[in-house]
Amino acid sequence: MEAYISLFVKAVFIENLALSFFLGMCTFIAVSKKISTAMGLGIAVMVVQTITVPANNIIYHTLLKEDALSWMGITGVDLSFLALLSCIGMIAALVQILEMILDKFFPALYHALGVFLPLITVNCAILGGSLFMIERDYNFGESVTYGVGSGLGWALAITVMAGVREKLKYSDIPAGLQGLGITFITAGLMSLGFMAFSGIQL
Amino acid sequence: MSAILNDETKKVLTTPLVNDNPITLQVLGICSALAVTSQMSTSLIMALALTLVTAFSSAAISSIRNHIPGSIRIIVQMTIIASLVIVVDQVLKAFAYEISKQLSVFVGLIITNCIVMGRAEAYAMKNPPLESFMDGIGNGLGYSLILIIVAFFRETLGSGKLLGFEVFPLTKDGGWYDPNGLMLLPPSAFFIIGLIIWSVRQWKPTQVEKADFKILSISHGEGGHH
Repeated sequence: MEAYISLFVKAVFIENLALSFFLGMCTFIAVSKKISTAMGLGIAVMVVQTITVPANNIIYHTLLKEDALSWMGITGVDLSFLALLSCIGMIAALVQILEMILDKFFPALYHALGVFLPLITVNCAILGGSLFMIERDYNFGESVTYGVGSGLGWALAITVMAGVREKLKYSDIPAGLQGLGITFITAGLMSLGFMAFSGIQL
Repeated sequence: MSAILNDETKKVLTTPLVNDNPITLQVLGICSALAVTSQMSTSLIMALALTLVTAFSSAAISSIRNHIPGSIRIIVQMTIIASLVIVVDQVLKAFAYEISKQLSVFVGLIITNCIVMGRAEAYAMKNPPLESFMDGIGNGLGYSLILIIVAFFRETLGSGKLLGFEVFPLTKDGGWYDPNGLMLLPPSAFFIIGLIIWSVRQWKPTQVEKADFKILSISHGEGGHH
């Protein structure tokens, strides 16, 4: 149990996908102008991440890994080079299914997330989470924890960023730094803040 | 040669370098770009990989653009891009294993790199293969340029080396340079890109974004400089 808690804390703070691995940066910069939309997107990413990381974990461990097909009586097959293709396919399919389910059963949530849901397919944070899961060889339990944690960490980062940017628009910024430039500097300062967690030994 | 390098080709090759740079203006492909820039060697490999993937995926997508049904085009594009990235990944693993270990998941993340998808969607779906190929090369070069500048500052200031060769002798080896550890950490990449954007926009004022609110100048009475 303790290992799971420390993995969770690590995924949320120390190895924050947005601020220490720069994943999902494009959306992070583009959609962080208002707190409400940033939170909507953050929640959507969290939900998708929680589903896709464990799902990819199952696929990887039952089909793709070296000798994973031995349950079918096939040995010596290593399909792990297909992991990239299967991960992105899985993510695209799951996002599509999630969109249909939300549309049918939770229309309010569906409309709140709106255009962000399909965009999540091309969010590097989602694919990055799955690829880190494969690279670090997590088991199923760990992959669930990592999925929830990394999604939450990303949501946290984009919400905080939006909070800062909402205040920032009232400040007097040099012309060339306006907009994108100052957003990068802000993200850098936030990332510096998150570096403070890196001293924590878990 | 002049037949190949006509005006359109020249335009798509050179505008992404400064005037329409994918990173500093289109805000594309920052995702996997920053994480690999703490060393020049990884950045060069990453830049090369991305340029090739963008060019070939644009050419491939453009050559079948009239046969892709609109509703499933994203999946078709993804499959083409993912297959190319798998090729790059396997080649790197075979010939540059050390660097491929250092790049870890970021080679795979070229799939979701917004530059590749963005160029496929914005240019390759509407233009013939050769131009699309050149557009891919041009945008890849724009990306590479930023990557190389960032990596140059991060590696020289952070570890006193460039491509592994000593530039500044470090104090711990009896030299004079005390390395700036911050340069090897993630925040420095944000700062350097922010500063690059600032300098590019100072140079090309048309790229400056409008402020949401105009700050009224306050009369300078008591207090003087703030």
